[in-house]
Amino acid sequence: MQLKLEARPARLAAMVWLSPVVAVVLSAVAAGLLFALLGRDPLVALYTLFIAPLGTVMGLTELGLKATPLLLCAVGIAIGCRANVWNIGAEGQFTIGAICGGGVALAFGESGGALVLPLMLLAGIAGGALWAAIPAFLRTKYNAHEILTTLMLSYVAVQILGWLVHGPWQDPEGFNFPQTRQFLPHATLPLLVEGARLNIGALFALAVVPLAAVLLGRTMTGYRIRVAGLAPGAARYAGFSAAGTVWFSLLLSGGLAGLAGICEVAGPVGQLQPIISPGYGYAAIIVAFLGRLNPVGILFASLLMALIYLGGEGLQMDLQLPPAATGVIQGLLLFFLLAADVLILYRPRLVLKPGVKHA
Amino acid sequence: MTISRRTLLGSSLIAPALLRPAFAADPTKVAFVYVAPIGDAGWTFQHELGRRAMDAALGTAVKSSFVENVEEGADSERVIRQLATSGNQMIFTTSFGYMNPTLKVAQAFPKVHFAHATGYKRAANVSTYSARFYEGRYLAGVIAGRMSKSGVIGYVAAFPIPEVVQGINATLLGAQSVNPKATVKVVWTSSWFDPGKERAAADTLIAQGADFITHHTDSTAVAQAGEEKGVYTVGYNSDMSKYGPKTCLTAVTMVWDQYYINTVKAAIAGTWKSDDVWGGIGQGMVKLAKLNPAVPGNVAAEIATKTADIAAGKLHPFAGPITGQDGKIKVAAGASLADKDIAAMNWFVAGVQGKI
Repeated sequence: MQLKLEARPARLAAMVWLSPVVAVVLSAVAAGLLFALLGRDPLVALYTLFIAPLGTVMGLTELGLKATPLLLCAVGIAIGCRANVWNIGAEGQFTIGAICGGGVALAFGESGGALVLPLMLLAGIAGGALWAAIPAFLRTKYNAHEILTTLMLSYVAVQILGWLVHGPWQDPEGFNFPQTRQFLPHATLPLLVEGARLNIGALFALAVVPLAAVLLGRTMTGYRIRVAGLAPGAARYAGFSAAGTVWFSLLLSGGLAGLAGICEVAGPVGQLQPIISPGYGYAAIIVAFLGRLNPVGILFASLLMALIYLGGEGLQMDLQLPPAATGVIQGLLLFFLLAADVLILYRPRLVLKPGVKHA
Repeated sequence: MTISRRTLLGSSLIAPALLRPAFAADPTKVAFVYVAPIGDAGWTFQHELGRRAMDAALGTAVKSSFVENVEEGADSERVIRQLATSGNQMIFTTSFGYMNPTLKVAQAFPKVHFAHATGYKRAANVSTYSARFYEGRYLAGVIAGRMSKSGVIGYVAAFPIPEVVQGINATLLGAQSVNPKATVKVVWTSSWFDPGKERAAADTLIAQGADFITHHTDSTAVAQAGEEKGVYTVGYNSDMSKYGPKTCLTAVTMVWDQYYINTVKAAIAGTWKSDDVWGGIGQGMVKLAKLNPAVPGNVAAEIATKTADIAAGKLHPFAGPITGQDGKIKVAAGASLADKDIAAMNWFVAGVQGKI
């Protein structure tokens, strides 16, 4: 007896959008079971995880703050994935963006006035794009696959940051601790809500969603990207430059990750230090797929992911659940999403006699 | 069970209010923020031991909680703020990277008391606390000087920040006090917790002739490497004797119990005020773990004497003359290094093979 997956003859368009919802509901049920096994009231735990963080202004602003870097990185990753260009190294581009933008803030110090912040943002975008240009060059010139090169360059980026904050950029008044000076007010992003940390970086991220949607859906470049992803042979036949697509999607996703990086250090972090990201660049890969590689979907996915982070902290604080519980829930979510995807396209069927072929 | 909004609200909001005994005063809420998972050895584990000791000592007067594995980036500020919002009166932030976030939150919550470990910025409601780990390191160095045949001490270290540099220098000075030819070889791991890298570093050091290794990292990998290869080790943070029953001679451990008990007591009594505690062996904040039987009696006696001398202030690990790696006199004979210079230490003693 064996289990077989057979392609479904017809598929429901609605299911493509329904499957993330099904996945979320199933993960919530599974999470509830997990909480019950850990001896907590599942309803209280689910409330703490999914609803409590949304109940206050602080919670909502923190949600936006946490979703911003995920959203920016994930949109870039998604555009790449649509073109069959796999940028796994958003974490590195995020880091280099933070370094380049942060470097501008440090170089200007107290001078520069209103010029500093725009320059920091541009430097952040340029830095991220530049870091992604290396894998683009290696891919188009030497056919080195970007999955490997982008990922490996992420580790290089983190080491460069470590070297800078331990060495040349270290705060001279910082007792040799690994950190730069704190950025001055004119080099930090303006806040959106008094007393909260949400800053205009969130607006950049929100603006990127419709821009990316238009780019993908309504422009020639977007069309080339989609064709390159769906049918590389057809793209070649049509005369679309494969190298051009690689360059475009890597520079774009690198730039977006770089923007996320500078927004993080010019926002809530406020300085350069060895750790500036809890793995946003990697988590954004999950977000991109959770959002079906679609900018609008990614907006919701990034909010959901941010919510799980915040709720996870609440689970620790209010119910003394270990942080690993949050990790398990994230994993469950991805598991159910992939499972739902498979079951939309295929149906499982039990085959009783494996050796015999059915007529 | 039927699921309704009421059960949800009832279990989350009303029940705690009913359960709370009407006669007792509300316990003081105290929270701890940890940088790593608690585990069963290491930096965070020692803080957790301190929290448990504080809980046991103060009983129902206090209700403590913790959040573990909080990244030092932007997340920590949210966690600290959330803890302050949810009624904690005393919050301990136990990693250096929480310094600026702690200060930012403290500004918004002037009535909440904060204590930040290993930092240097204070405010009216923010204390700092740390331990003079280097005092224990000096003693470990004396043991190394006595027990190492080659005189080459291997040191697996995370980052060249002052706290780590102090430990490396104090270890070598302790070793040189009994074996003037002793040297220290340093391998950096660029990570506080990475058992694989720590293990590889320990193996490298052993291959380079070190016959005594210690570490300033969080895992037990070095003690385990020493046990496998028959090389003496000294653990850090926690007692690691069970990972090196034959070879782990002792460990430089941090004991936060009394600090947490005293600080929370002061917070309950309303006598808390911002201060800077930098306690060492004399205050019981740094202790050597029980010596391994492999340490001969005369060495154990020497350690006991020197421990008492350090506690009494008669022996200063950074007493001159001390020559730096660059050959220049760093501390003149008869003088000893001032606290502010120890706190910002960024140079190695002559005999350290490694670069900051």
